[in-house]
Amino acid sequence: MKRISYWVLSTITTVVLLFGYHTSTSGVLAASTSVQTPISGAASSGSSSSGSSSSGSNPPTDSTESSGTSAGSSAGAAAGTTSTSSTVTGDVAQTRWGPVQVELSLASGKITDVSVVQYPNENGRDIEINSYALPVLIQETLSAQSANIDMVSGATVTSDGYLTSLQSALDQANL
Amino acid sequence: MIERRLERKVVQVMGMPISLALDGLHARTARGQQAWDEAVASLREADAVFSTYRADSAVSRLGRGEITLADCPSEVADVLALAAVARTDSHGAFDVRRPGPDGRLVLDPSGIVKGWAVDRAARALRQLPETDFALSAGGDMVCATARPDSPAWRVGIEDPRDASRILAVLPVRNGGVATSGLAHRGAHIADPRTGATPAAYASVTVLAGTLTDADVDATAAFVLGDDAPAWLAHRPGRHAFLVRPDGTTETTGFG
Repeated sequence: MKRISYWVLSTITTVVLLFGYHTSTSGVLAASTSVQTPISGAASSGSSSSGSSSSGSNPPTDSTESSGTSAGSSAGAAAGTTSTSSTVTGDVAQTRWGPVQVELSLASGKITDVSVVQYPNENGRDIEINSYALPVLIQETLSAQSANIDMVSGATVTSDGYLTSLQSALDQANL
Repeated sequence: MIERRLERKVVQVMGMPISLALDGLHARTARGQQAWDEAVASLREADAVFSTYRADSAVSRLGRGEITLADCPSEVADVLALAAVARTDSHGAFDVRRPGPDGRLVLDPSGIVKGWAVDRAARALRQLPETDFALSAGGDMVCATARPDSPAWRVGIEDPRDASRILAVLPVRNGGVATSGLAHRGAHIADPRTGATPAAYASVTVLAGTLTDADVDATAAFVLGDDAPAWLAHRPGRHAFLVRPDGTTETTGFG
């Protein structure tokens, strides 16, 4: 059995994380969250924003799924009513981290661009901390002691590189 | 807090090692083995559909114009839609199209397929009650803890300058962790807008709710270079650990 020694930690800086897992009160909190300026410009021009800002009844969803949902429903609505270029702003989707809103650019009913016009902002995330808001980043300057790690994240390891990788050592240690 | 007693499994799929750490009720059980088999089968299926190294994959045939998107398995359209959102969100820093040797655009969705495929494969493992798992594909992973008293998975972040060292430990209960950098494969990441190899950071690690999100954002941030921290700060639910070529580290999203 190979002995694995990771060179680890002499100084430890602990950065406690403010990690915004939503609670069931998310709707209320999110509704009061201020909105950041659009990331990719394009202020929603003359589009029929159907902004029925959903309330707490919406289950928190992953932001990617939310974007997809917004995009899908908006596209459907737009296709029926527009024949030339336009922009359509989707409903606000409540995510674990706050409201997300997607804007579509359409030409003859086809999507030509997708932009996100509303993201949850930092304050919103801070407010939404609940009791298991935990992740901690431990930044370790290395010396000789076990890092006590379960897995390794690094630039993609190919099968060839794997043999020399730390993950390989971890896998061998427990097989 | 309970002590971990891990079961480890490794297999090679998609040209990279797939590593599983399993702990809890279904570690070392037939049902745990079955879930692992299903996860591996799911990854092999993704490889058969999406591999750009296989001339007969749906994506290779799509790229050559032999078939249309409608002829592909439905997940191809799903992944390309995810890629389109990622391209927009990253202002073009992430793109599944790149210039080929003859200057024509080549479809290469591998930058988004891995995260998506591992998220999908992890579903089989999520079905295991009271069982925690970490499923890694070549250093990018899905972590899940099903038991309230389990410790967080401790994810070591490799030093991009020396793969035998760990720069930080990220405790993750649930989420995806991905690192982009050039350490093991040389200059395989290019800025899709310019073709240049990014150099501002040696590696970027992103923690997000899903590995799909983490992987795409790590790649985009790596390409964005000096603009990465400001961009990441606007991404919902992302936390990032960035390493400069001289070893200096930066974080975003950690309070």
